[in-house]
Amino acid sequence: MCLAVPGRVLALSEKDGTTMAEVDFGGVRKDVCCQYVPDVRTGDYVMVHVGFAIQMLDEESALRTLEEFEHLGVLEEEFGDQFALAAQQAGVEAPAAAAGNGTRGAGR
Amino acid sequence: MKYLDEFSNPELAQKLLEQIDAATTGRWAIMEVCGGQTHSIIRHGIDQLLPDGIELIHGPGCPVCVTPLELIDKALEIAARPGVIFCSFGDMLRVPGSTDDLFRIKSAGGDVRVVYSPLDALNLARDNPDREVVFFGIGFETTAPANAMTVYQAQRLGVRNFSLLVSHVLVPPAVAAIMESPTCRVQAFLAAGHVCSVMGTAEYPPLAEKYSVPIVVTGFEPLDILEGIRRTVLQLEQGRHEPENAYPRAVRDEGNPAAMAMLRDVFDVTDRTWRGIGMIPGSGWRLSERYREFDAEARFDVGGINTAESEICRSGEVLQGLIKPHECAAFGKECTPRNPLGATMVSSEGACAAYYLYRRLELQEAGAHA
Repeated sequence: MCLAVPGRVLALSEKDGTTMAEVDFGGVRKDVCCQYVPDVRTGDYVMVHVGFAIQMLDEESALRTLEEFEHLGVLEEEFGDQFALAAQQAGVEAPAAAAGNGTRGAGR
Repeated sequence: MKYLDEFSNPELAQKLLEQIDAATTGRWAIMEVCGGQTHSIIRHGIDQLLPDGIELIHGPGCPVCVTPLELIDKALEIAARPGVIFCSFGDMLRVPGSTDDLFRIKSAGGDVRVVYSPLDALNLARDNPDREVVFFGIGFETTAPANAMTVYQAQRLGVRNFSLLVSHVLVPPAVAAIMESPTCRVQAFLAAGHVCSVMGTAEYPPLAEKYSVPIVVTGFEPLDILEGIRRTVLQLEQGRHEPENAYPRAVRDEGNPAAMAMLRDVFDVTDRTWRGIGMIPGSGWRLSERYREFDAEARFDVGGINTAESEICRSGEVLQGLIKPHECAAFGKECTPRNPLGATMVSSEGACAAYYLYRRLELQEAGAHA
């Protein structure tokens, strides 16, 4: 749970007084709060933990880490359906689908 | 060396291992604090690739594992209430409370939702003004800035039907508690990289000095871990005990100043009980006075909690690095990821889960030959 995944900032916007960004993680896109990385610009790479950019990252290390995480299946663990993963671990059916079962984007 | 070809760069891994091997003359016990690192180590067999003189001791850095049982039981009680939308990270779903877990509460009809970001929970509160939305705010310093910003926004935007059930824990006081323990065998630490991405490295020089231990900030990828171990072994062999940053691409000495300023505003340091370990002074954060109105513990009157921990589960000793998971008699028998007795068996950062996932067959074979 202390993992941070590198992603590339595609677009920045202002929402509710905070800087939000659409961030691409090797094909998965999420809304990410960039309030803690005030110098961020479109095209930059950031380290993202639970929907928040916590540090900037250079492109070369970001791409290397992303490749490694994809190889290790980390991206699936991070962005997959958590109820399905839990159900698989428990050896039971996932609870009936309900809003919020998946990983809803952070923006509004 | 059977795992080496699974490294993304086997040549570099080989080179690092050769350097570690060449440097090692003594016997050294090194603790990796973070459960994410534990999983990487066991999955890639890093502990088995190292020279015999080096033992890796798995630390308590699994936030869902150390969240106190009483708070889990409170969470389950709140999550089962009508009118509540209970939000959590996915990691928490199957962590056993005294009699239940969030996954079963959901199956029984409770409105439990997994969110990617705590801001998703705040947005749910804004979309559902007639419901109470509670977010289970757990985690180490890496996660705390996200929860802090969410509470800050809840107050700024006046979202009164949102609250946070808080159980944040801190790494440096845990390092001190481990070193103070009379049973401590740890001679050096791999510090958790992403905790330091937020907090920087300033907290470690006094600890390295006081306890004469090398503390090497280390990343999470297999090669990062080998590099952290290499630097740690060099210090140990040379009789040095210094803080060192082996993960500079993601960790700056000053940390993330904007996040740290928000943490100072939203949280106060408090004593915190760690599940399986006990109370560690000054080892947690709670909401500061200014944000206390968003504290779910105060908002929901949850009385009459009688906690009951499994009598045979030894996860506390696993979390303190006193035993390895398979040294617990229940490991793989009464206790499996399907029927966990302790949180360490279900969390993606729990040491028991790592051994069960990646070592079970090997351990069974070794047992059969013993």
